[in-house]
Amino acid sequence: MIETQGLTKHFKDVRAVDGIDLTVAPGELVALLGPNGAGKSTTLRMLTTLIPPTSGTARVAGFDVVRHQRQVRLRIGYIGQGNGAGHSQRGRDELISQGRAYGLGVKDARARAATLIDSLGLAEVADRRVSSLSGGQRRRLDIAMGLIHAPDLLFLDEPSTGLDPQNRANLQEHILDLRAEHETTIVLTTHYLDEADSMAERVIVIDHGRIIADDSPARLKAEHVGDRIILGFDAETEAARATTTLAAYDPAREGARLTIATQGAPRQLPGLLDDLRAAGHPAAEAEVIRPTLDDVFLKLTGRSLREGGAAETRELVEV
Amino acid sequence: MTTLITDTTTVFSRELRPLLRDPFTIIFSMVQPLVFLGLFAPLLPDNSLQWFVPGIIVMSCLFACSMTGSNLLFEIQTGSHERMLVTPLRRPALLIGRALKEIVPMFAQAALIVAVCVPFGFRFEWAGAVVGLIILAAFCIGLGALSYTLALASKNQEWMFWTVQQTLLFPLLLLAGVLLPIENGPGWLQALAKGNPLSYVVDAERSLFNGEIFTSATLYGLIAAAAVGALGLWAGVRAMRRSD
Ligand SMILES: Nc1ncnc2c1ncn2[C@@H]1O[C@H](COP(=O)(O)OP(=O)(O)OP(=O)(O)O)[C@@H](O)[C@H]1O
Ligand SMILES: [Mg+2]
Repeated sequence: MIETQGLTKHFKDVRAVDGIDLTVAPGELVALLGPNGAGKSTTLRMLTTLIPPTSGTARVAGFDVVRHQRQVRLRIGYIGQGNGAGHSQRGRDELISQGRAYGLGVKDARARAATLIDSLGLAEVADRRVSSLSGGQRRRLDIAMGLIHAPDLLFLDEPSTGLDPQNRANLQEHILDLRAEHETTIVLTTHYLDEADSMAERVIVIDHGRIIADDSPARLKAEHVGDRIILGFDAETEAARATTTLAAYDPAREGARLTIATQGAPRQLPGLLDDLRAAGHPAAEAEVIRPTLDDVFLKLTGRSLREGGAAETRELVEV
Repeated sequence: MTTLITDTTTVFSRELRPLLRDPFTIIFSMVQPLVFLGLFAPLLPDNSLQWFVPGIIVMSCLFACSMTGSNLLFEIQTGSHERMLVTPLRRPALLIGRALKEIVPMFAQAALIVAVCVPFGFRFEWAGAVVGLIILAAFCIGLGALSYTLALASKNQEWMFWTVQQTLLFPLLLLAGVLLPIENGPGWLQALAKGNPLSYVVDAERSLFNGEIFTSATLYGLIAAAAVGALGLWAGVRAMRRSD
């Protein structure tokens, strides 16, 4: 569905996207993850024909994004990072004209708009001026517009930014449904790590315009961070003896606590506790820490994605 | 299936819809030049209405279509222009549709102006007026597309749009003899006017409103308008392709 080679975009002296090789198969759901300014939006904007690459090539839905722009546009949907609906327009009007732009007849466009208004919970606001809608309502309208022609390939740039948890969950469900029903290929960017984790079966981590990791969330976490088991003991002496008992796991001791780095911790823990009890120094407490994608990012770049609360600052700016 | 015409209709009706929902602003802007005319016409020598009215019509169309890019500035910022660019809408349709949204209300206004002036001795010929408006539309589509291009070039720095628009618009108007005749001006002014495509359009409008259709003025006006139209569309499509 998508195939890029050395895709690059420089803005004057900013290397926004710096040689991306990416292949996305039909039906995949891919999340692009990266800090502010990583080049996520720029990548999507090249793939959606909005800006020409500085160098490199990209084929989207079977067509070159520079030479066959119209063919690409006919086959994709795009929900940008900004608001797609004109502020002086009304939501329903915008949905209908969006449908017309994709070649739907007036009747079909109306019907489709009504369906989407319903399913995205916009019934009460669809006939109001867009400028009077709240940030979250506008975002849902954007999403409805991107879905109007039920494209085979959908790009979403931070679709859930600005939505409250309930609407975010709704949206995620919507996207997953879309995929289940129409086998839509989906590429989205997000700042919400849990979203990437729970929705995408493939996460691409981007930093400074380059892909630094590309795998399923589970494998990324297993490969780059792994699980940790933390065991607490009543006394340091017991902890010291436990270190010998569990030598095979290579624990690190800090006072009365042991930390074990491992894979598949939840399966190991019960056996481990049994071993300790049998050896006569049972653990007083036990905890399994599973890695998050943020840990993966931290490991790969030495920085945390959470720093500065990127997603939150943007919400303030947009409202 | 879509065509250039359906695409243009889509863009045009999207642009026009907010106006129709709130017609007060249109009505207000349509009455404005009537007031202008009402204050100006009594100062004119006898019979010059015939010369003056086509000029007013050209002027108000010009003002309107040079603003094509101003709404766009905001839509570029919010992201709705980007959203339109990703759709398969044909690029010229984006330009023409937006320019037409400015032009069509002005044509309604032209009809109003003519209707008001006829009782005061303004004579006009239907066929000529229709040809005149077609020529004017071609010119205005070009100018609207250039205004669109200017908006793309000045995104993130709105002042540039307004500065360039104002700086170019007034000389364009004055050097075309829209409000005051050029014939009595100095040689250099007349030479500049000769290089101004709008001069030919205005001359054509004047003779067409008089009912003189098959004249060289019509031909030159048509050529000038078509050239500006083509230039505008070419520049606009190119800017959309290249804009970051
Ligand atoms: N039109 C532009 N002109 C100049 N520089 C740009 C332009 N668009 C993006 N950039 C720069 O390119 C880099 C990548 O920007 P991009 O918008 O792709 O980041 P992003 O990953 O989407 O970030 P965010 O999470 O903040 O949306 C940034 O340094 C940005 O300032
Ligand atoms: Mg972005």
